[in-house]
Amino acid sequence: MKTMLTEADNTVATVPAAGPRDTKIKARKVQVYYGDTHAIKDVDVDLEDKAVTAFIGPSGCGKSTFLRCLNRMNDTIDVARVEGEITIDDEDIYDKKVDPVQLRAKVGMVFQKPNPFPKSIYDNVAYGPRIHGLAKSKADLDVIVEKSLRRGAIWDEVKDRLTAPGTGLSGGQQQRLCIARAVATEPEVLLMDEPCSALDPIATAKVEELIDELRESYTIVIVTHSMQQAARVSQRTAMFHLGELVEFGDTKEIFTNPTEKRTQDYITGRFG
Amino acid sequence: MTDATAATGAPAQARRPFASLLTLDEHTKRRNATEARFKAYGLAAVLAGLFFLVVLFVSIISNGIPAFTRMVVELDFTLTQAQFDEAESQLLKTGAYQGYFVEGFDKALEERGVEVEYDAAVLDRLIGKVGGIMREFYAANPDKIGEEVVFELPTSSRVDGYFNGRLKREDVSDSRFLEASDLDLADELYEAGIIKSDFNWTFITGADSGVDNPGGAGIGASVVGSFFMMIVVLALSLPIGVATSIYLEEFAPKNWFTDLIEVNISNLAAVPSIVFGILGLAVFIQFAGLPQSAPLVGGLVLTLMTLPTIIISTRASLKAVPPSIRDAALGVGASKMQSVFHHVLPLAMPGILTGTIIGLAQALGETAPLLLIGMVGFVARGYPDSFLTGFTEANSAMPAQIYTWAARADASFYEKAWGGIIVLLLFLMTMNIIAIILRRRFERRW
Repeated sequence: MKTMLTEADNTVATVPAAGPRDTKIKARKVQVYYGDTHAIKDVDVDLEDKAVTAFIGPSGCGKSTFLRCLNRMNDTIDVARVEGEITIDDEDIYDKKVDPVQLRAKVGMVFQKPNPFPKSIYDNVAYGPRIHGLAKSKADLDVIVEKSLRRGAIWDEVKDRLTAPGTGLSGGQQQRLCIARAVATEPEVLLMDEPCSALDPIATAKVEELIDELRESYTIVIVTHSMQQAARVSQRTAMFHLGELVEFGDTKEIFTNPTEKRTQDYITGRFG
Repeated sequence: MTDATAATGAPAQARRPFASLLTLDEHTKRRNATEARFKAYGLAAVLAGLFFLVVLFVSIISNGIPAFTRMVVELDFTLTQAQFDEAESQLLKTGAYQGYFVEGFDKALEERGVEVEYDAAVLDRLIGKVGGIMREFYAANPDKIGEEVVFELPTSSRVDGYFNGRLKREDVSDSRFLEASDLDLADELYEAGIIKSDFNWTFITGADSGVDNPGGAGIGASVVGSFFMMIVVLALSLPIGVATSIYLEEFAPKNWFTDLIEVNISNLAAVPSIVFGILGLAVFIQFAGLPQSAPLVGGLVLTLMTLPTIIISTRASLKAVPPSIRDAALGVGASKMQSVFHHVLPLAMPGILTGTIIGLAQALGETAPLLLIGMVGFVARGYPDSFLTGFTEANSAMPAQIYTWAARADASFYEKAWGGIIVLLLFLMTMNIIAIILRRRFERRW
């Protein structure tokens, strides 16, 4: 299973980035209600495989809410209700037969605030593979942990202190550890909810670089408040406002030639 | 101030008049005074608290320490085989031993050069009839016949009280228990080193002795009773309490029914303990037919009392675990159960343990419900035969034993009660120290 995945990674790496890309996630007429509040209205969006899609928009516009619909994290909020259709690989993730736990193994998530478990660095990364039974032996697990930490671009900094607590790292290192933890379960989609909002510019640059590398293997969706970040890391951008999807297209298009007045106003800093 | 600016004809956007930072204005002075007063109240409260704590400790220790010592008559004694055979062949065997004892006593007085007139009845009043004790000893240790044995015989409670200052010579009214003149002999013996002070092991290891024998009373049996009760309480209330809290906090839907349960749990924590006692009497003894006065029943009743404490503190510590940890676990595909048991519960552990031990300490000191289910002090007459019967055999518990002693007429039981309180406090302190150690051990740095 693991070797197959590695081969797949290689294939992706050798194929030129150009050419039409597949749609990984499809959302149709998605509505989200928090009690009586209608938080997301009629969102239709197609997210491409092996690409970074950025969600931008002013605070409270629903971009994080929509992101949390993609791995059903909204299920944990009692009052939240989701309507409409979201499919991953043409399978409806809100189907009654879908177990959200299985879904979340496929759709990993990185949160706004770095939230490593108060355990060792090794255990932080090994936890996912352990509970999903990805490693047959201790040696297997060691391989997965090293590979994930390398993917998270933090291996060189922590390889000598894998038993040290993950909470003892700096903020930027913690966030990269969380990314390593997320990729350790071999997800296909990676959701990032403002992953750099708690980081300084140097740590941010490292995480952005990392996102660019990870794009080759995963479908990445990133919520960000930074226009520059969206422009730097994403290929596609979706602009949300007041729970509606205002505009969705190639990042270059959106930033140089937006069709909607609201998008233009937001990215030029006239509101939000 | 507005008036002042208006009077000087300042512009509409009045600027604050110049005020030096080197002098305090009225407002600041008042604020500082309030703050200083508040600090003084706090300090006064702490000092008053400390004062009363010191008073409490001093009085407990000064009243209770005599319970740990006793006056004994120490006597070197040798019983020959011939004397043994002769005594065993007589009709009044203990009477014969009593005779040997008086002989030995005379010899000891002679050796130490004490010249005093006394009759055997005084000895009876000072140390009681010792013939029985001696016969029991030689029957159990026949190999000691012919050897010199040191006997330590406890004096009667009044003599004990005389030496530790509880009983004044002028207060002694002659009775069959003690005559004032007996104390002359006691004083002589004390100076000769025949009567001396000794650590009272009977108090630590003994059982309750009955109203007329304060010297033989010990707290050991009721410590064992308390121990078995605590086993029952711990084994039932920790798993049930923690499981209940996890279900209510993490899994149960939030609706009017769970709200009702929550309110009821909080209310149960405030129900007077005697109510639990009568509930235990009705349900466990009268309805379920469990044995009366058994530590098992006491444990069940105290479990009911402890559960709300454990549930409330466990829920509070579960709530205190940051939601980001739950998100992180769910984010890597852990199930709800895995996120709770792998991440949330370990982080809540210090709080849970503290709550549990506070609950246990409360249960350990509870008296009223035990009296209702029959675990009164005088029931603690001995140790259980085996570990299992320890749960079902009639026994008492430390606080109930203390209560029973405090209610008895003989003043030396009063002293035992204080001594019992010292033992109880030692147990409570040990439990609190364990709580602190466990808390330190399980606490994780963030």
